Amino acid sequence: MATLSKQKIGSVLAKQGILIAFAVFIVAFTLANNKFLTVDNVFSVVRSSAILGVMALGVTFVVISGNLDLSVGSMMSFSTIVVLDLHDKIGPFLAIPAMFAMTLCLGAFIGILVGYLRLNSLIVTLGMLSAIHGLTLTYSGGQNMDIADKEGTWFSVFGQGTALGIPVPILIFALLAAVLGLMLSRTPFGRKVYAVGGNGTAATFSGIRRARTVFMCYILSAFCVATAGLIQASRSLGSQNTVGQGLELEVLAAVILGGASLMGGSGTIFKTVIGVLILGFIQNGLLLLGLQFYVQYVVTWVIIILAVWLDIAAKRGRLWSPIA
Amino acid sequence: MTDTKPILRLDGIVKTFPGVRALDGVSFAVMPGEVHALMGENGAGKSTLMKVLGGIHQPDGGAIYMGDEQVVMSGPLEAKAKGIVFIHQELSLAEELTVAENIYLGELPRKSFGRVDWKTLAEKTNAILKKLRVGFDALTRVGDLSIANQQMVEIARALTVDAKAVIFDEPTASLTDAEKVVLFDVISDLKADGVGIIYISHRMEEIFKITDRISVLRDGQYQGTVATPETDEERVTQMMIGRKLDLTRNASHHELGDVALEVRGLSCGKLYTDISFEVRRGEVVGFYGLVGAGRTEIAETLFGLRDPSAGQILLDGEEVRLNSPVDAIARGISLVPEDRKGQGLVLGMNCRDNMTLPQVDDLTAGPFVAEGAEVAIFDQYRDQLDIRTPGWRARVGNLSGGNQQKIVIGKWLSMHPSLLIVDEPTRGIDVGSKSEIHKLLRGLAAKGYAVMVISSEMPEVLHVSDRIVAMYSGRIMRTFTSDEVTEDSLIQAISGLGGDGKAA
Repeated sequence: MATLSKQKIGSVLAKQGILIAFAVFIVAFTLANNKFLTVDNVFSVVRSSAILGVMALGVTFVVISGNLDLSVGSMMSFSTIVVLDLHDKIGPFLAIPAMFAMTLCLGAFIGILVGYLRLNSLIVTLGMLSAIHGLTLTYSGGQNMDIADKEGTWFSVFGQGTALGIPVPILIFALLAAVLGLMLSRTPFGRKVYAVGGNGTAATFSGIRRARTVFMCYILSAFCVATAGLIQASRSLGSQNTVGQGLELEVLAAVILGGASLMGGSGTIFKTVIGVLILGFIQNGLLLLGLQFYVQYVVTWVIIILAVWLDIAAKRGRLWSPIA
Repeated sequence: MTDTKPILRLDGIVKTFPGVRALDGVSFAVMPGEVHALMGENGAGKSTLMKVLGGIHQPDGGAIYMGDEQVVMSGPLEAKAKGIVFIHQELSLAEELTVAENIYLGELPRKSFGRVDWKTLAEKTNAILKKLRVGFDALTRVGDLSIANQQMVEIARALTVDAKAVIFDEPTASLTDAEKVVLFDVISDLKADGVGIIYISHRMEEIFKITDRISVLRDGQYQGTVATPETDEERVTQMMIGRKLDLTRNASHHELGDVALEVRGLSCGKLYTDISFEVRRGEVVGFYGLVGAGRTEIAETLFGLRDPSAGQILLDGEEVRLNSPVDAIARGISLVPEDRKGQGLVLGMNCRDNMTLPQVDDLTAGPFVAEGAEVAIFDQYRDQLDIRTPGWRARVGNLSGGNQQKIVIGKWLSMHPSLLIVDEPTRGIDVGSKSEIHKLLRGLAAKGYAVMVISSEMPEVLHVSDRIVAMYSGRIMRTFTSDEVTEDSLIQAISGLGGDGKAA
């Protein structure tokens, strides 16, 4: 029993590769820098990953349903700007639900285009990336948005507060991950998301309302974006119009790093969370090693390519498999 | 042909995969000018053997000889260079390119500066197409061709190299009877040129029509080779499944119940016109016709996937409108679709989840899916349909065709439909599973289900149906009872000859 065959090791690697890679990173960085695995540093990584993470949860649904969402970055800028603006105009109590409603409308719009009109999600959300950015600038008149009384508002609790000694953004991320994780893995809706992404035609032939399922994924994604915008706004209490710029690629990277297939039909919330943490720890580790922060753009990309390559290689059973 | 030297010989080929001995000492030889059938149930090792021959898999033991020389197939290109050509069941053509470009892809004739020599290309292609006697030319876009003609392009591709052995893998799966005749002519031309042919098919009547010898595999083991004229279907089947197959025709008639489905004057554009029939509880109605006769389209209309342009659909005497599969399912209609992998299953999902997919909304405990109830459903139909899987967690994509089909059937039986429509229930399924599925369909009727069976295989329609509706070009030509039907009258009806309908 003690001897594992080569095949078995291969299949374990293929299934748990992402966890093993995660463990290797942690050990390597810990050995390289003794500040890496401290409570303070871990909290700081998770807290700074929370915004990205919350967005990645929603995008996981979209990707499993077989679609893409490249609009989450500029949608997050929109949410942040809107809630900061409304904070001073109608007060935080009303500003938060108003911002959520507006963001969900954007999600619904994308959901209608991709789900009901069956337009290509890459084109739709790439267009929305730009369109929503324009919308945000129009709304703000191109100005940065700041809360007038930064000391006197309870609004900062979402980004800066702690409960039970744990930063609130981490709690929100954890809570949302738990709820959405259960939704994806245990509810009929989650099952339908997998079916629609795995084989949309077969899903239709099984009486699943495909358009509605895709629509709901974009609503969920928008909800997550609104939550991320709330954390962002609350943390800084002021913002530029471009605060979410480029995040769509990092979000997608985290989801793919977690092993969700861009073809749809596979992935889990748990793995996405791991993907988010890996991305966060890598970026943090590189900074601790004294590298310039822009090195992380390159390193992140290299790691994603490696992850995708190893994933495919494990499935094919060989590293090198040219197209012809 | 009196050549005594095999053109291609496999000797003791062994191939193992994790946990499976896929090929266990398989030997057989193909003579020049011989059509050699390779038969076996799904999973018997035919495809693995062909992959070894094509250089996609390397054997763990044994050797391949061409003539006297031992060869090693290091990859598909090598196999092709040695004159071994595969014609696959699944087409691999670039739809946007022309016939000529597809045929010579990768080896387009060149002029100076690497420009393509279009004139030579067209000439060479047309010469080959002429040999195949097809009705299209070198410059036709492949995407505009019918599936059968696309298959002809695949075959034309094989003729560009100096082929020593050609392997046909289920070549007639999507061909009409007329197109088959052309294919068989091509095969006999190749044969006359001294090419060795390996012919893989599940269809016995073809095997006995065109092959010279038959080799049989079962569970990766070579069962022997017999000369076709000296054997019969029953003996070959016995070699394949290791037991006798029950081929007696089912003449059992039981009490019929009420009319479950009535269709009156249903039309859908040009797809089918003025279709009227009824299906009673306890009855199996077979729909027989050529590919494109409109049978699948009727099924899709009844399942809410197409809007009829005229006519009525009545379920239990009540007129209904079916706008989507959701409507149809709610009305108790189930469809086991034609394309198992494309329409029937989510291959990456496990067996249980596939089976309960249509009712997952109803199987809940609080907000969650009641997994216990799901497993219970899976267990029930696994036992009832004798589905062989390692467990409900197995991915459906890893099952054999027969077991996959049973998952789809189980999925719809578990909905307790009042009308079950099955479209090509045994396509690409081995003989053993086939007769099991036929038995199952009869059994369902006996239990009071109303069943519609669409099939392009005459033995199947004859075997399971109480009544047979013969269709031609979108119209019902004639309806037979199982007592009055004969093979000849049925063939006439589906060819547009005789019958009471008017051919368009």
